Amino acid sequence: MISNRRTGRRALSAVALAGAGILTLAACSGGDDGDADPTASGDTGSEEPAGTTSEEFTYLGQTQNTTIAATLESLEVGACSAAADGTPLSTDAIDGTTWDQQLQVLAGNDALSNMSMAAGTPSLMKEFVDAGLVLNLSEAFAELGVEGAVLPAAEATLKQLHQTDDLYALPTEYNIEGFWFNETLFDEAGVDVPSTWTELVDVAATLNDAGIQPFIAAGSDGWPVTRLVGNHIFRSLGADALQQVADGAASLTDPEYVESADAISALGDAGYFGAAPGSVDYNTAMNQFLTGGGAMFYMGSWALGNFNDPEQNQIGAENIGYFPFPEVEGGAGSIDETPANAGIPVMFSASHYTDDIGEWLACIAENYGDVALAESGQVTGFSLSETPADQSELTTMVQDQIANAAGSVLWFEAAFSAEGTTVSQTNGGGLANGSLSGAEFMELVQAANG
Amino acid sequence: MEKLFRNRMATAVMLTPALAVYTFVMVIPIMWSVTYTFQSGNAISGFEFVGFSNWIEFFQDDTAIDALLFTLRYAVVMTVLQVAAGYGLALFYIFFLQNKSSLVRTTIFFPVILPTVAVALMFSRMFEAAPTEGPVNTILQWLGGDLTDFLGTPTTAFWIVIAMDVWRSMGFYAVLLYAGLVEIPQDVMESARIDGASGWKLVRRIVVPLSLPVLLSALIFSINGTLKVFDSIVALTNGGPGTATTPLTLYMFRTSFAYGEYGYGSTVAFVLTILCLIVTVFIFRSLRRDVTE
Repeated sequence: MISNRRTGRRALSAVALAGAGILTLAACSGGDDGDADPTASGDTGSEEPAGTTSEEFTYLGQTQNTTIAATLESLEVGACSAAADGTPLSTDAIDGTTWDQQLQVLAGNDALSNMSMAAGTPSLMKEFVDAGLVLNLSEAFAELGVEGAVLPAAEATLKQLHQTDDLYALPTEYNIEGFWFNETLFDEAGVDVPSTWTELVDVAATLNDAGIQPFIAAGSDGWPVTRLVGNHIFRSLGADALQQVADGAASLTDPEYVESADAISALGDAGYFGAAPGSVDYNTAMNQFLTGGGAMFYMGSWALGNFNDPEQNQIGAENIGYFPFPEVEGGAGSIDETPANAGIPVMFSASHYTDDIGEWLACIAENYGDVALAESGQVTGFSLSETPADQSELTTMVQDQIANAAGSVLWFEAAFSAEGTTVSQTNGGGLANGSLSGAEFMELVQAANG
Repeated sequence: MEKLFRNRMATAVMLTPALAVYTFVMVIPIMWSVTYTFQSGNAISGFEFVGFSNWIEFFQDDTAIDALLFTLRYAVVMTVLQVAAGYGLALFYIFFLQNKSSLVRTTIFFPVILPTVAVALMFSRMFEAAPTEGPVNTILQWLGGDLTDFLGTPTTAFWIVIAMDVWRSMGFYAVLLYAGLVEIPQDVMESARIDGASGWKLVRRIVVPLSLPVLLSALIFSINGTLKVFDSIVALTNGGPGTATTPLTLYMFRTSFAYGEYGYGSTVAFVLTILCLIVTVFIFRSLRRDVTE
């Protein structure tokens, strides 16, 4: 009897163990199925044939940018209510610091949202285009009859950025970059707006002697510093100088390129970026400028939202001036070539594009620019049908600058690989505090850029 | 029980689920990862066989070599400091606090349970130089020193990472080593005391030899954990300034997921695996000898 009981227990234990194993394996395989399901992103209805309808219009953005989602939500209840009927908007956001990484994972699993912010690194965006993952918007616009919805300048900038003949992203921003300065601090130090690099260095020295921090830059983010290197190269060697590096016709370690990095490193060495620029991030730098903590701030016009916000801007919007990156004496570039970009453009998934999404796309193309300008003061690359009556002077000035720019240039890392971009930006802080020489910086970036 | 183990069927039934799970979640991914070391590309652009070029690239890549050297330096310094600090604390519990040590033990163990990001945030604020000065810089300047950008300077950034991780982990090693020390028979200690051993002599001649097995276990824990350091560095310095505090794990992560080079990233991962294997084998070989002899 006892023996029978033992045998029974043994069998029960064995069955229990085997069952547990099967359950574990089943759980594992179940997880895999879930991951591989492209509809996991909340995309097109699985029962519906692709190409006709979608249950919802999904948008994925970065938590740092709330303007795009807010504008889409306004469109959903306003101009795009017809498109939203049956295909409601669904927005989601993830942290932007690992944006490209997360986008690669989504793209690799065919799980991109209908609309999402484009890859931050242009070379990655080119990879998406080459792999057929991103919708050709030039063709889609022609089909939808909304050609001309994007301003020619913005379209040219995006095509140049992604090195494509057609348009693959929409310019939800169109920004110019340059130096924004605190007019009161300039008056206090008795300096004028510089138009050449030598004048800029002299202005910085005078401000520094007057106890005013000349430049504010987010060294921990890196790019606000490397932008200066890129612009110095454009002004001294011409607008195609960095494309030549990307094409292999020139190297960042060539003496004429190193000279530009040295010029920025010299500013850092002199302490013109403050005591510890490597520890200053974007929000801190913005706050520092808007509370009078420094005289000059190199930034894009996307900062208008901050400048126009009286709560953030303690120095007053009327106290902020703008001047373009100065000319380098004897250089091949021109001060009229304005650094421009389309902020973080948005792209559409090619495989999840349906007639319903097309309806949304047409509506966005025709109305996004007006709504973003009216509600957020955001200058976009879309054609406008009306100008808000209460538009700020700074916004009007940016629009004029865009309209009058003779040409545009991109930024330092625009044509670099993802690794080159990361290495450049992680070492930008070293230039700003003078711990890296121009030659050391350029060697690191050139090696990473391959 | 012996009879049960002699039954091959029962053994197979008991082992199969565990082996199957282990194979699916460990062996297959590792083998898969090894095959990636001979390929280039990613999930978007597809993969291409490139032979040994990833391996050749690794040994010609200055950033990878720097990351490897940083990893080794970090692992050695951390292992020495955290095990030494833990051992010192354990001795302190035994000799000075004895039964009253539970509050101190709890207090020192507390950082172990704190989230890494919270600890990193606290340390970055403590050593902050801009836009506001952290307490360390304030004290330094009060004592007549200069404002120092601790996290923006490679040498100081390294030592702050070390200080933070030692602070976080010493409580764990103290508890681990304390468990070993309390196992030392009291009569042996008493005999030694009667024979005139006390203080440093008692520790050196009796305590250290008898606690060597647990000390070596702590070393294995420490060296393997520190070779794979990732979260604390990402949270505190993100590998910077530049790549001054970038370990192999962070370089592997960036290469694979930020640069989209899965093949090269797998190569970096495999180098790290080999490194861990060498260290573990070395320590296990040392353990074969009877350390108490």
